[in-house]
Amino acid sequence: MKKMLLISGLFLLVLACSTQPETKKETTDSTPPAPAVSADDKRGIGKFTNVEIGKALDSKMAELGTKVYEVKCSSCHKLTDEKLVGPGWKDVTQRRSAEWVMNFATNTEEMLEKDANAQAMLELCLVRMPNQSLTDDDARHVYEFMRKNDGVK
Amino acid sequence: MKLTNLLFASAIFAGSISVLSSCKPKSAGSAVSGDAAIKAFVPPGKYDEYYNFVSGGFSGQMSVYGLPSGRLFRVIPVFSVDPEKGYGYSEESKPMLNTSHGFIPWDDLHHTEMSQTNGEIDGRWVFGNANNTPRVARIDLKTFRTAEIIELPNSAGNHSSPFITMNTEYVVAGTRFSVPIGANLDVPISTYKQNFKGTISFISVDTAGAMKIAFQLLLPGVNFDLSHAGKGPSHGWFFFSCYNSEQANTLLEVNASQRDKDFILAVNWKKAEEYLKAGKGIKQQVKYAHNKYNEKSHTATTEILNEVTVLDPAILKDICYFIPCPKSPHGCDVDPEGEYIVGSGKLAALIPVFSFTKIQKAIADKAYDGEFGGIPVIKYEAALYGEVKKPGLGPLHTEFDGKGNAYTSFFVTSELVKWNIKDLKVLDRAHTYYSVGHLCIPGGDSRKPSPKYVIAYNKITKDRFLPTGPELAQSAQIFDISGDKMQLINDFPTIGEPHYAQAASAELIMKNSQKIYRIEDNTNPYVSKGEKETKVVREGNKVHVYATAIRSHFAPDNIEGVKIGDEVYFHVTNLEQDWDVPHGFAVKGAANAELLIMPGETQTLKWVPDRVGVFPMYCTDFCSALHQEMQGYIRVSPAGSNVPLTFSVGKTNAPATETAPPAQK
Repeated sequence: MKKMLLISGLFLLVLACSTQPETKKETTDSTPPAPAVSADDKRGIGKFTNVEIGKALDSKMAELGTKVYEVKCSSCHKLTDEKLVGPGWKDVTQRRSAEWVMNFATNTEEMLEKDANAQAMLELCLVRMPNQSLTDDDARHVYEFMRKNDGVK
Repeated sequence: MKLTNLLFASAIFAGSISVLSSCKPKSAGSAVSGDAAIKAFVPPGKYDEYYNFVSGGFSGQMSVYGLPSGRLFRVIPVFSVDPEKGYGYSEESKPMLNTSHGFIPWDDLHHTEMSQTNGEIDGRWVFGNANNTPRVARIDLKTFRTAEIIELPNSAGNHSSPFITMNTEYVVAGTRFSVPIGANLDVPISTYKQNFKGTISFISVDTAGAMKIAFQLLLPGVNFDLSHAGKGPSHGWFFFSCYNSEQANTLLEVNASQRDKDFILAVNWKKAEEYLKAGKGIKQQVKYAHNKYNEKSHTATTEILNEVTVLDPAILKDICYFIPCPKSPHGCDVDPEGEYIVGSGKLAALIPVFSFTKIQKAIADKAYDGEFGGIPVIKYEAALYGEVKKPGLGPLHTEFDGKGNAYTSFFVTSELVKWNIKDLKVLDRAHTYYSVGHLCIPGGDSRKPSPKYVIAYNKITKDRFLPTGPELAQSAQIFDISGDKMQLINDFPTIGEPHYAQAASAELIMKNSQKIYRIEDNTNPYVSKGEKETKVVREGNKVHVYATAIRSHFAPDNIEGVKIGDEVYFHVTNLEQDWDVPHGFAVKGAANAELLIMPGETQTLKWVPDRVGVFPMYCTDFCSALHQEMQGYIRVSPAGSNVPLTFSVGKTNAPATETAPPAQK
């Protein structure tokens, strides 16, 4: 009897698997979602916990950031406040900390699993932000480009 | 404890199913013992222990399975087109299938052989041979893609290939079909004995993997069948089985089975290298294709080459020796120590085992029994270590466990037989279902076998799987060989016909597996690095669409100004830089296939519109929640139309002059 239960359990398991929706590309990470981190933590989750940002724009960094933006970001993010696939970048540096932006860009999967702010964006956009394999420097440069876009001189 | 119960229950469940569905009492169901399911079961989400690279036979491809689960992971397109992956259809991949006969969409891939360093599988590449239009392919195990294909001139039926030397110095290729070679090719078929020749090509492989035909050996007209390199003490030698020493040109089934013994050809390739270095080779004008795939431009190129160097062992002594081997030998396998060479006569009821030491002594003593085609024939007894008596009928191939034992497949009696190399005694036998051809132990032809499993690749399937009409998948069977006795633990269906296969530990291969192509490294001349670079350019009647794909839209996705008579080239760059996010691309009416574009890659689809209208294009590979939105339109106007060439993405307002007239009431 116990065996029968086990067998039918196995069957249910198989059935349950076969009725999953087509989401293979959406859930690249198989770890179960952990409880969302409080939206109070403005730094997000990742290696960036304290990024030094100068008062004035580092135009060299911003220039490098432009190039990364054009190849890896511009398909989905406009520089105005218009939402395309993802939100427009106008005023993003006022909405988000440098740490949050850079963590999201480099630690995309974990942020989407755990960070409440990132999850709120996913609910709005419905397309998971792709991990575009930005290096740490790329992420910093893109942030500087965002500052330039927001009028920092 | 709970897991064990579950596994046990599922084993019983699987067992009872097979008992219920099998109608023959002696079918496999009864051959499976209790713990087989536990041994073969790889739980969901867990990895297999080994990769199994299995030839796809007449599919022309190579398949990748996991062991012990038998799960199919990938079919690598090699010698045949694959519309699913755009292989042979995209402009970039078409040159991979070029030959001296032009573009060839199919071949017959017989054997797989993994690269080795110091006689051990090193996980860099796996080679495959094309039997029909002779070629050798190298597959890169970082990308699991065909990286290079070289054609073989002076060859027909490249069967005894692509076996390699201990440090992958050479990949070999021998002619199964001898043919006329040289200046006079238009000869009567009945002049086989006078005019037909066999060749064996030694293809050098450099440290980056690049292949080059170093030299060819010109040999008597026979059928070269299989081969294996020496190793350890016999490194520097190569052994080839051959049949049809009768030199028959018709009804070989009977006429090539007349003689009691055919041959194994022992080749001293180090000696051949000396002759080559001394300039003893003859340069011959030929024509063959060499195709390479560039990982940065994602583009294949074909180079047509015109010369090979041929060595004639009938004149250049001490390169080649024939060793008599009973009854049309097929498999020719060398043990891990490099001392024993096992010949397997297809029609024999014994297995001869030759000794490398004795062969060397026989050569030193000139213990010859005449010549064949100008090449000395060593006396059978002078080369023989011993014979395995009454092992079964029709031995084909042998693999080794590195523990002093050999495993030989028997086609006629459908069994695997384990025997001891030293005392030549049979230790165990296991039935296969049915008519086993090749077999594989991970590393089983290397110096360091990993003797956990032996896999039988069967030629006949019959009642093994649910019937699927007249055509059935061929079956492979996994036996656990960790104990004294072989234990059948799993069956799995294969693609095409599996001939030889190789297996290597998952650890060795998976750590090198590439995840994406870096967009920064993309050198395809038609790449768009970002949507800013997308454009549509007309060059005469050719329209080049530089497009990008990212979750989930194409840019541009509205194109107008294409006219009948135009050829449109869609150069699609996948801007994604995350693992497992390919995008597909298809356009209505395209007379070829789809593109399947990996992250960071650019691929090109040629489309020749044949009618006026607006044609949709879309992403074929489910990419995101908005995958169904990933689409676009291309407008085709009549020849001579003055619709300007325009392209856009995200532009919604149509110009007034371009709106369609209101419908007539």
